[in-house]
Parts: sequence; C-alpha cells; structure tokens
Amino acid sequence: MLHPQPHPFVDEQPLIELRGATCGYGGHPAVEDVSLKIWPGEFVGILGPSGAGKTTVLRAILGGVKVYRGQVLIEGKPLGQRRMPIGYVPQLETVDWNFPITVEEVVLLGLASNKAWPWATRRERQRVYEMLERLGIAHLAQRHIRALSGGQQQRVFLARALVANPRLILLDEPTSGVDIKTRDDILHLLHQLNHQGATIMLTTHEINAVAAHLPRVVCINRTVIADGPPAQVFTPEILGRTYGARMVVIHHGGLVLVAERPHAGYEEHLVLQGEYDAGAV
Amino acid sequence: MLEPFEYGFFVRGFIVAGLVGILCGLVGVYVVLRRMSYIGHGLSHAMIGGAVVSYVMAFNFYAGASIWGFLSALLINTIVRHRRAIGTDAAIGVITTAGFALGVAIISRYRTFTRNFEAALLGNLMGVAPQDVWAVTAMTLTALAIIILTYRRMLFLTFDPEVAAYYGVPTAWLDSLFALLLAGTLVVSMQLIGVTMLVGALVIPAVTARLLTDSFGRLLVLSGAIGTFNGLCGTYLSYFLDVSSGANVVLVGTVLFVLAYLWSGLRGRLGRLWGIEAH
Ligand SMILES: Nc1ncnc2c1ncn2[C@@H]1O[C@H](COP(=O)(O)OP(=O)(O)OP(=O)(O)O)[C@@H](O)[C@H]1O
Ligand SMILES: [Mg+2]
Repeated sequence: MLHPQPHPFVDEQPLIELRGATCGYGGHPAVEDVSLKIWPGEFVGILGPSGAGKTTVLRAILGGVKVYRGQVLIEGKPLGQRRMPIGYVPQLETVDWNFPITVEEVVLLGLASNKAWPWATRRERQRVYEMLERLGIAHLAQRHIRALSGGQQQRVFLARALVANPRLILLDEPTSGVDIKTRDDILHLLHQLNHQGATIMLTTHEINAVAAHLPRVVCINRTVIADGPPAQVFTPEILGRTYGARMVVIHHGGLVLVAERPHAGYEEHLVLQGEYDAGAV
Repeated sequence: MLEPFEYGFFVRGFIVAGLVGILCGLVGVYVVLRRMSYIGHGLSHAMIGGAVVSYVMAFNFYAGASIWGFLSALLINTIVRHRRAIGTDAAIGVITTAGFALGVAIISRYRTFTRNFEAALLGNLMGVAPQDVWAVTAMTLTALAIIILTYRRMLFLTFDPEVAAYYGVPTAWLDSLFALLLAGTLVVSMQLIGVTMLVGALVIPAVTARLLTDSFGRLLVLSGAIGTFNGLCGTYLSYFLDVSSGANVVLVGTVLFVLAYLWSGLRGRLGRLWGIEAH
C-alpha cells in the first residue's frame, strides 16, 4: 500500500540546505551544528526523542528560530529571501482549540493570506472544497475545529498546508494521536503527493510504523546522529545514541523492526533472537 | 418615547453611541481572542493622565490621550523586554496606574473640572461635543477599512501567529497596526463610556457573540451588531433613568450576555435531548 521507492529528481542544487546550523531560543541553542541537504522530490523523516530538536529543525527551515551559527539556505538563497511557499502542518498540541473558527475558515487561511480582499472568491472556495473532499472531510466544512476527532483535526491542518499546492511540505508529527487507519491514509496521501513531485519532510516518534517506510531517515538528538535509508540507519548503535536507550533491531525479509529493549531478564533472550534474525537475512 | 431626540445633545450622543458600539464590538473580538483585555483595561486608565495633562496645557484632547496611551504601551514593552523578571501583567499594572494616578493628582490639585473628570471616569452623554462626532466617525471608518482590508491576515495572526509568519503574514507590522487601532478606539470611546467602563464595552459584545457562534466571520458581524445595540439601548435608557451612559451600556450588555449564556446552555441541553449536535 505504501510506496517504498519514490523517485528523487536529482538537481544540482538542494531545495534546502543547513550548513552547520546552530539554532535555539533566547540565546540557548536547541540544536547544534546541523548539516542537512534536502533535494527536490525527496521524502525525509526526522526521528528523535522528545526534546531532541525535531520541531526546531523545521522552524529553522521556516525562519522561526534564531540561527546563531552556520547557515540555512532555501534554493541556495538565505532565509530572508525565501519566495517559495512552504506548506506547514504544526504539531497539533500548539493549536488553540477554543478559537472560534470553522474547518472551512482554517483551510482558507492557507490560501492567499496576503490578499487584501477579505472574502474568498468562488475559485478559492472551490479549491478548499476539493482539498477537503480529497481528505474525506468535506462534510465537516462548517464544523468548529474542536468538534472533530483527532484524525479529522489532523486532516484539517493538512488541508490548510496543501491547499496552495506548495512544492515543499513540512509536517510536525502528522501521525501522532491518530488511529492506524488514519495514519496509513495520511502516509498514503503524502506518498502520492511525493510521487507528483512535492518534497516532503516530516517528524515522527514512530520508528516502525512511519520511519521504516520512508526512503530516508535523519536521526536527531541535539545534532544529526545519522542520515540515510532506514536499513542503514536502524542499527542498535545509532538508535542507542539517538534515544539514549538500548534498542533491538530485527531484520526480517526486506523489513526492519525496532524494539525497545525491555527490562533486564528478558534481555539475553531478545538479544539472541535479534541476532539470530539479523543473521538469517 | 421620541422625546429625547428633540435635544441636539442627545442626538449627538446617540450617534456617537452607535458608532462607539460598532467600533468596540469589532475591535473587542480581537482584544478577547488575543487575550489583551487587561492591557485594554490598563491603557484606558493610563489615558486619563494624558487627557488631564492635555486639558491643563490646553492641548488637543485626542492627540494628548493617544500619544499618552501609545507611550504607555511602549514603556510596558520596554520594561518587559529589559527586565525579564517583571511579568507583562505587573508592568501593565505599574505603568497604567501611574498614569491614572498622575491624572487624579492633577485634578485634585486644580479642582476646577471635577464634573469633566467624573464624565471621563464613568461616561456622560452630555460630555459629547460636536467635534467628538467627527472623531468617532473618522475612527470607525478607519477601523472598518483596516478590519476589512486585513481580514484574512489579521485572522491568521490572531489564530496562529507562528504559522502566520511562515506564510508571509507581516506579523510585526499588523501587531503595531492593531495596537494603534486599540488606542484610537479607547480614546474616542472615553467620553461616552468612561475609562472605568471601557473594557466592558469592548469585551462584553465579543464574549456574548462567542456564546452564539463558532465561526470567526459570524462572530465579528454579530459582535459588531451586539455592540451597536448595547450602545444605542444603553444611551437611550440613560436619558430616562438618569444613570451615566457608560454604566448603562455595560449593564445592557451584561443582560444580553446572561441571556446568551442561558440560551447556549439550553440549546446544548435540548440538542443532547434530541440527539442533534449543537454548533
Ligand atoms: N518556544 C521555545 N522557547 C524556548 N525553548 C524551546 C521552545 N521550543 C522548544 N524549546 C526547547 O528546545 C529544545 C528542542 O525542542 P523541540 O520542540 O525542537 O523538540 P522536539 O524534538 O520537537 O520534541 P517533541 O517530540 O516533544 O515535540 C527543547 O529542549 C525545548 O525545551
Ligand atoms: Mg516537536
């Protein structure tokens, strides 16, 4: 159902480039010396524990944090000169759910927020409904954002990010707090968009369900720990450094499965199991 | 019933009340949603200082109070930025009460204009001069133009300031524009409503409308309409009851708020009873 092999269009110039970027808040760096190149057409997952700086890296690309050292370049140009629109889906916890706003009003924000004309034109409204239709929430257009399930809320903000048809889409934990079916629907849609040429970057906590299905994963913990396809990145050593916890990696067929190593006692058994399976590949 | 309309001063006050009602109803929506009620409350009090000083120095009232309000806002900002240990609410408390106290001090020293002072505190229909009508009209038209022309950007900024900036909304510029809009609204509403009642006139229409709708567009229209109704109705009644216009506007607003509160509770209960979702 998911497409494991997208086709990055290799250009001479990366769409996004971080060169030894140190960024943070109020003088305190949250991530240090991050170097990263994202090429047009890529689909990249950022993986790391809570507080690792995943959101901070997305904000660095969007120009939302101070860059103390190094550089952030978009299409080879510094942030201040960005003209390219970026679709952004924030972590849902940051949304003010009591704000008086309907689904349709939220999605309209993603369109032409620079326009002086206060009312949506018929074309804009149509575009919004197409997007809602595509995400299967058109019937909820007049609902208040609080009167929705977690999966529906996620789709509303996804619709806002996608409605202007951006070439670059950044998503902060788009699959947290949604059920398995919604998660797979969202990932499927993102793969579709990626195949149509959009460059996508998302952050996630879910190693097996999300990161393992992406062509490229960047492990972050205050800086880049590893960067590459899941099969290369998911080693006990790298994941241990990323999460500060010991992990078991099981290779089975073409699949990689990561398990947290539980408490002592089970440990010996699982290590053996892991090594046995790893050897069997 | 139509008797008060035979008096020029009442007609003037009535027109101003309608315009102040629209103005406060519209601007109040943003004040409530940006959680700026306390700063509105503080600024309106601080402006008493500016009003009194400009009176004593025979300076234009509107210019004096606006500049004073604007400087107070700047000072609050400076204190919060350079002395991080002091919270914004405390800084507002210090700066705005100081301005208010200065006004009170000058007034008790001169004692010649206690009547005007009472009007500025509580609002007075009689305090509305012909030039006030022009000032309020100009301010209301300006506010309408700003709200319409920046509608989408201001909504984005109010709902989601971080993401708005990423989408190219000029957030710093709009923040300053809104601060000016708020200061202007407070200044032109001061005579009729009175500084002690101002925040009520600003906030009550918005929270009443909030109980009745979940859509931002409808909220804005409804709040403007409720503000107008409160203003006109409060002023009209103040003629017969001989109660200060500001207090009356706030009291009418409060009655409407209570009704809306009861209605929203009832609607929710009926909705559950009939299995209909309440929006
Ligand atoms: N607005 C902010 N002001 C100050 N510090 C912040 C702010 N946002 C994040 N931080 C700090 O920066 C560090 C990285 O935070 P960030 O939000 O990037 O982590 P994350 O990987 O996205 O975590 P999570 O998985 O919990 O979302 C943390 O130590 C956090 O405390
Ligand atoms: Mg985060």
